[in-house]
Amino acid sequence: MLLEHHSDAVWRALRAMVGVQAAEDCFQETFLAALRAYPRLRPDSSPRAWLMTIAHNKAIDHLRRAARDQVAEVDDADVDPAPRDETIWQAVAALPPHQRAAVALRFIGDLSHREIAAAIGCSEAASRRSLHDGLATLRRTL
Amino acid sequence: MSDQLARALRAPVPQARAAARRFADRAAAEHDADLAYATIPSPLGELLLVAGVRGLTQMHYLDEPLDATLAVIADRHSPRIVESAAALDPWRRELDEYFSGTRRRFEAPLDWEQMSPFQRAVLRATAAIPYGATSTYTGVAVAAGSPHGQRAAGNALGANPLAIIVPCHRVLRSGGGFGGYTGGLQRKHYLLELEGLSAA
Repeated sequence: MLLEHHSDAVWRALRAMVGVQAAEDCFQETFLAALRAYPRLRPDSSPRAWLMTIAHNKAIDHLRRAARDQVAEVDDADVDPAPRDETIWQAVAALPPHQRAAVALRFIGDLSHREIAAAIGCSEAASRRSLHDGLATLRRTL
Repeated sequence: MSDQLARALRAPVPQARAAARRFADRAAAEHDADLAYATIPSPLGELLLVAGVRGLTQMHYLDEPLDATLAVIADRHSPRIVESAAALDPWRRELDEYFSGTRRRFEAPLDWEQMSPFQRAVLRATAAIPYGATSTYTGVAVAAGSPHGQRAAGNALGANPLAIIVPCHRVLRSGGGFGGYTGGLQRKHYLLELEGLSAA
């Protein structure tokens, strides 16, 4: 049921963080990890924030692997069905990783700054700054 | 700009649904998920099928909303449940054949472990009633090794988690009455007629 309710947001967040090509693999890894860990989800924690945290970790893993293998960091390919949106996704893909993650988790994951900070492993202030800087860059580009 | 950005980032994407389906099919096939479910249409309304590693665990008439029904199953059995039509294919195929009159026995594996020993004995005795034949509550109680347990046998049948496939519709009252049916008596009539028994 987690899958039905959150698959769309997780897919889009991953797409913003790692690009279309890698999003599929990261998506599969995210839900597999979530499925295996599911009984440990505390009833008081937000399933969405928890899933987004896993997704972010999988995205980081992917970006590290990609950097090691010297593959282009974010491979946002030309398979976007909606050309108008494509520029936005490309602009998001061009952001530095922390800003990209902050934008994805805030706008796609609907996470609070506290949840973003927990997911990324930074302070709330740093999360706010990343989001602010990311939005400023996007505003300049678009 | 921020609005446009937010809208673009939040717009649903078709790839997500396909990715979710691929994930669920694989999780079910490789048993990363404990349970897989599918809903299928039938002449008796929509049916909910749930299977685990040992076989089919649930087959219910879907008279309640799906989400509520799944929540009960997740709570009682396992929260690791995914939707996968592919995982339920063997039972769906047999049910299709049964409803079209070309199948008289169900062969795909069933999960008997989930039942108490008594319910298992009663339902196994029920499963042994041939297509188109009937027995009585006393009959299955005797066959289950509890000659005086017809009332308990009735309860075990009423809680049959594998409707149609374990044919509790073939169990009637000793006096010739129809007895009850969890899915509703109309369905019991339909199934008996489908099997060639004119309604008593």
